[in-house]
Amino acid sequence: MIERIKQQIYDHFFAHLMLLIYGTIALFPIVLVIINSFKSRKAIFSAPMSLPTRETFSLVGYSTVWERANFDLYFGNSIIITVVSIFLILLTGAMAAFALSEYDFRGNGLMSLYMGLGIMIPIRLGTVGILRLVVALGLTNTRLALILVYTAQGLPLAIFVLQSFMSQIPRELKEAARVDGASEYRIFSLILPIVRPAVATVAVFVMIPIWNDLWFPLILAPGESTKTVTLGAQQFLGQFVSDWNAVLSSLTLAMIPILILYLLFSRQLISGITAGAVK
Amino acid sequence: MRAKKFPTHIVVFLLPAFIVYTMFMIWPLADSLRLSFVSNETGQFVYFQNYIKLLSDDLLSVRFWGAVRNNLIFFAINMVVQNPIGLLLAALLSRRNLKGSKIYRTLLFMPTMLSVVIIGFIWQLILSPLWGISESILGSVGLEQFFQPWLGLEDTALNTLALISVWQFIGIPMMLFYAALLGIPEDLVEAAHVDGATSWNVFWKIKFPLILPTVGIVSILTFVGNFNAFDLIYTVKGALAGPNYSTDIMGTLFFRTFFGQQLQLGNPEMGATVAAMMLLIILTGVVIYLVGWQRRITSYEI
Repeated sequence: MIERIKQQIYDHFFAHLMLLIYGTIALFPIVLVIINSFKSRKAIFSAPMSLPTRETFSLVGYSTVWERANFDLYFGNSIIITVVSIFLILLTGAMAAFALSEYDFRGNGLMSLYMGLGIMIPIRLGTVGILRLVVALGLTNTRLALILVYTAQGLPLAIFVLQSFMSQIPRELKEAARVDGASEYRIFSLILPIVRPAVATVAVFVMIPIWNDLWFPLILAPGESTKTVTLGAQQFLGQFVSDWNAVLSSLTLAMIPILILYLLFSRQLISGITAGAVK
Repeated sequence: MRAKKFPTHIVVFLLPAFIVYTMFMIWPLADSLRLSFVSNETGQFVYFQNYIKLLSDDLLSVRFWGAVRNNLIFFAINMVVQNPIGLLLAALLSRRNLKGSKIYRTLLFMPTMLSVVIIGFIWQLILSPLWGISESILGSVGLEQFFQPWLGLEDTALNTLALISVWQFIGIPMMLFYAALLGIPEDLVEAAHVDGATSWNVFWKIKFPLILPTVGIVSILTFVGNFNAFDLIYTVKGALAGPNYSTDIMGTLFFRTFFGQQLQLGNPEMGATVAAMMLLIILTGVVIYLVGWQRRITSYEI
């Protein structure tokens, strides 16, 4: 018994050591950029590892970014595109998932398979066709083009996850509502709150690739008025490579919202990933 | 017995998702595949000519096979570095009664959330000889003579980018392995411990065989993700994927072929052909996974 306790103490010490080492590797670059964005140019080079002090504190990078780049506009675009896409994915995805899990109609299996194709096939491979379509519809340089593409991109996973959650809801619940004369649409609206945790998980999951995407904004909407944060940061950083204050500040600006959102929703996200295991 | 009513509600539920998905995903994919059989000059159907040109033309095939090779190296590095470290971290995190494991897993997953553009620039700064951060870190352990501008050298640029990708995406295998390990019933592990098995043996003899299905999922996700990668190379090295195309992978080749660069004109048909080859590679990987792995390994019901 004492042997076992000794071993466990030793095991835990080793685990903490390794996790701390890797934690440093994971966080060091992020922290380094954030602390240096608040320093004067001289201090960035002379003392990159230290926190800003009263002498070295400077916001010159942020003022350059504020003057030279429309980050407020880019943020607005990213927020609109991400929020509307997520709303469309969740609404249309939940409806389709409901139909596929609830009704036993002909071609159900085939339809599930069809909608699931997009889980393994990356939508980027259809870019040539997407650009042709967007041009034909006159949607180049619009937020709508990105919203529609991201909705198509997010749907397969959303339907797949929601379908498996919805099929676990007990039949009696729906049958009772039907006996009371509820329409099928009413039943759908009764089911939705029950799968709320799954809906939230899907939302977090589809959000990250949309917010972080560079490919489609670059190809479909590179114009100044529709630029997203990711594309805006990429182009701003490319132009200002030699202005270290501006580069570090814009990196920090682009990171902070995602980091805050992540810290707020990390429990949701992580429990979503591990849900399959600890049901 | 009355006739069954036409199920309008099913159509209403399915239609919106079906339309958006078909129009913006399936149709463009099919259209793109069709274009890969059309000539760029005449606009006529030319069977496999674009493919033959891509695979054998003096200028094009060098780039194509180079991109395939680089992409395989990129994938190999991700496989052998990212996934074992991810597994190790997951094994440590899933230790019973480990204090602070929630804090660790939140922090370790953080880089995965950030955009590749941000990650690319951060590492460019850190590895830059101008800033000298990496050099001084190496210097602090007496190794500064080993410092090189890794991202700028033909021999090391691709490996360095692959390791940056590993650093960013390690959170995904870590979380998937972590979830699988949490699913292993405690009494199974406890019984082995009572019989005197060490933690090492318990891990490799009991836990690892149980999470083999996850090993497969992680591998195929890595494969699809890597053969679809673009953002990191484009951010750090641009569409030309220098130096001397040494970091050129399928994604950057696709982008360049489609939109053109410098003196070369954009070519949608050849771009579509490159995309079709990417699809073929990805589907091959998926089939190998489904037939060669998922069917062969034993899944234990636990």
